[in-house]
Amino acid sequence: MSEMTYAQAARLGLQEEMRRDPTVWALGEDLGYEGGMAGQYSDLQAEFGDDRIVDTPISESTIMGAAVGAAMGGTRPIAELRFSDFAMCAVDELVNQAAKARYMFGGQARVPMVARMPIGIRGGVAAQHSQSPEAWYTHVPGLVVVTPGTPAENRGLLKSSIRCDDPVVYMEHKGLWGMTGQVDESDQSAIPLGVARTVRDGRDITIVSWSAQVGVVSEAAAALSGEGISVEVIDLRTLWPWDREAVMASVSKTGKLLVVHEAVRVGGFGGEIAAEVAEELGVPVARLGGERIPIPFSIPLEEAYKIKSDRIAARVREMLA
Amino acid sequence: MARNLANEPARVAVMFRKMLVIRAFEEAAGENFFAGHIRGSVHQYIGEESIAVGICENLRDDDYLTSNHRGHGHSIAKGADPRAMMLELFGKVGGTSNGKGGSMHIADFSVGMLGANGVIADGCTISVGAAQAVKLLGQDRIVVNFIGDGGINRGPFMEALNWAKVYELPVLFVCENNQIAASTTTRLVTAGGGIAKRAESFDVPAITIDGNDLFAVDSTAGRVVSEIRNGSGPQLIQAMTYRLRGHFAHDDAGYRDAGEAEAALEHEPIRRTESWLLENGLSQDEIDGMRDEVKAEITGFVEDAEQADWPDPSLAFTDVQDVGAPIVPGAEQ
Repeated sequence: MSEMTYAQAARLGLQEEMRRDPTVWALGEDLGYEGGMAGQYSDLQAEFGDDRIVDTPISESTIMGAAVGAAMGGTRPIAELRFSDFAMCAVDELVNQAAKARYMFGGQARVPMVARMPIGIRGGVAAQHSQSPEAWYTHVPGLVVVTPGTPAENRGLLKSSIRCDDPVVYMEHKGLWGMTGQVDESDQSAIPLGVARTVRDGRDITIVSWSAQVGVVSEAAAALSGEGISVEVIDLRTLWPWDREAVMASVSKTGKLLVVHEAVRVGGFGGEIAAEVAEELGVPVARLGGERIPIPFSIPLEEAYKIKSDRIAARVREMLA
Repeated sequence: MARNLANEPARVAVMFRKMLVIRAFEEAAGENFFAGHIRGSVHQYIGEESIAVGICENLRDDDYLTSNHRGHGHSIAKGADPRAMMLELFGKVGGTSNGKGGSMHIADFSVGMLGANGVIADGCTISVGAAQAVKLLGQDRIVVNFIGDGGINRGPFMEALNWAKVYELPVLFVCENNQIAASTTTRLVTAGGGIAKRAESFDVPAITIDGNDLFAVDSTAGRVVSEIRNGSGPQLIQAMTYRLRGHFAHDDAGYRDAGEAEAALEHEPIRRTESWLLENGLSQDEIDGMRDEVKAEITGFVEDAEQADWPDPSLAFTDVQDVGAPIVPGAEQ
């Protein structure tokens, strides 16, 4: 076991996959000298050369579109978009091309690419660098959507995303780049896609969350446990396909569901999970998510957007009252 | 390297026949669209056949090709099976995508045809990526991207030109300039010196030719394809042409000046190539025989398409993605 950051663990996962498979390569802005926004590509160009860690022009459409063509051509590209906000310049290539090629060509094509686009609030980068649009992509047939929440998972889920034959939207959280955790370097295995992780066992209520919000939910669960309230916390890890079996099993046990995410609540993926659980189990469900505002800049305004642990705990108490 | 077709009447006859296949396919597609047998949208390639045939005759089966919404001609020229294509237009089993794609999503990966495309200029970015894969895998394929004059005002075209040159990729951009983007005259909405100038501004060599002249297309493609395969980096061919029909089958092209399309018939590629063949050894009977044979072949494909099975509805739920399958319980992947 070694302790490493979320960014270092992702770098390790990519390095391992690039050593394992010579058709794996990455393209995006500032991957060489800068090594990516958080050092997640650091020094990889020195090891693999500039034709496998490719510094590109600021051409998001082509970063994404070229990845589609390169995937059709028998390689496994990782398209680095730096911010999910910038990936919006390339939604056409992702949604109209990558996601649909296999289907509309009657199964002739596979597009094994990873579109890597970090989400979330890092602090002080405001409306165009802080969004969490993960729900958009869950709506698109053909895409897999992954939101790793810990260093070990950022290594293991990146590995499985690279090995996946479907196009994967891989959304790291910018607020987690410096998060540290234990990673077992001797274990080369990938974490399967579509499998949730139970972060904390509990009896009274299930909270489903993902990405950086899992940490906030865990704080709330710890506080509630001091009051004798037992919360089960599930990190979905993959949003599409989400681990329906794990969620249903947990809610069947606890009888109540709260979904919490950093993304805007309206049209957020929490609505989908809450609806499915309510339809299948007929139990009380609730959601917490951001208000429908752009992410503001100033500290008190940005803080006002976030879903803090005290709000989560208060919502749980209401649901159990 | 320039090839002189005048010395090769047999080669001309082969290409002429392919042009006839495309023409007959497109005529049949239009007829069956109006008869209500083909749904959606059909963008015919009538009047531009010499470009696809002249370019693709110089490619290998394993070279890649990306196309646009007007892709039937490109697909046939690259070697896709016109029978499977007709079945696809009818939405039937046995179509190139078993009815899941239709006219704008014809593809045949077995002959390097990476797909027609319903989004203008999206083939440009896919092409440069395919070319990067070719380089990374140490192959000597080249990638040809067909784009229309309307596509050159989209960002992906300009991004891809820059990209192809920066990485010196083996890409041939072929801009079929039929001078009209749907119903809008392209030059009225295009600043600057035109398509070739745009390519040249990225140091991508560009040549403008008469696309309706099969001989010019073939000899230019022969030279350029060979240069690209030998490492010249990307190049662009602007092939001037004229769309004899509307943007799609149900467009009567009322925006055109009276007599314009009729006048253009003088320059259309099949008539021109036929005249040459008549002067160089083929008789009218032989040409008529070829035309009848092709027509009968395409009529047979239409009959096959009419009689072919509709896809089972369960097919709607397959081939979406591996992870998360089946989409509905019991659907096979």
